[in-house]
Amino acid sequence: MRIDVQTASFDPGELLNQLHADHRGTGAVVGFVGYVRDFNDGDPVSGMWLEHYPGMTEKALADIVEQAQARWLLHEVHVLHRVGQLEPGEPIVFVGVASAHRQAAFEANTFIMDYLKTRAPFWKRESTPQGERWVDAKHSDEQALSRWQSPGESS
Amino acid sequence: MIQLQFFARYRDVLGRDAEQMPWDAELRTLEDVRARLLARGEAWQVLAEQRLMCARNQELCNLSTPVVDGDEVAFFPPVTGG
Repeated sequence: MRIDVQTASFDPGELLNQLHADHRGTGAVVGFVGYVRDFNDGDPVSGMWLEHYPGMTEKALADIVEQAQARWLLHEVHVLHRVGQLEPGEPIVFVGVASAHRQAAFEANTFIMDYLKTRAPFWKRESTPQGERWVDAKHSDEQALSRWQSPGESS
Repeated sequence: MIQLQFFARYRDVLGRDAEQMPWDAELRTLEDVRARLLARGEAWQVLAEQRLMCARNQELCNLSTPVVDGDEVAFFPPVTGG
């Protein structure tokens, strides 16, 4: 498992290749890259500030990856999340999962992103023509978790 | 002492990112900590939000989670990373 929380940008292609380099039994690598949009909730966005909870952030991400590793047989997982000032078009987040077969890699990647969006302590503040505003959490992100939970489970 | 931390919009509204709250035996849970803060006045009502999230010692928890002397307690709005 590799967890990075950093201000520096990254090259998604390089990260994908690294996920395959050390594991010849790996038949599938699935990568997700999230980018800063220049538009949100009907307004143009000229920049974004990513805040986090240093110390907790890394632990929360590692905990999510451990949960994924408990559900699927994974060869390697890399989660990278940027913090600080970002511009439209820049990559914010990378989740890469390596496994023997594609289904585990696809599912684990989706699982990690669903939990990252609702359980990892990051907050976005975007710059719009009306000024700075904190981005509101989406109810749909919370609802997405239900696909991973058995009935009655709430976390 | 309880080490309090506030993030994002809550930090902006409260005008502080951290403070120490003296611990006493009546502070049994995070709900008790929050009640002390809510009693301080108008700005603090932001912590009454339904969707408030909280952490004890850097792990997500809920308001019924027990606290003890020396804990780090954080209150923050719903997270928006990714």
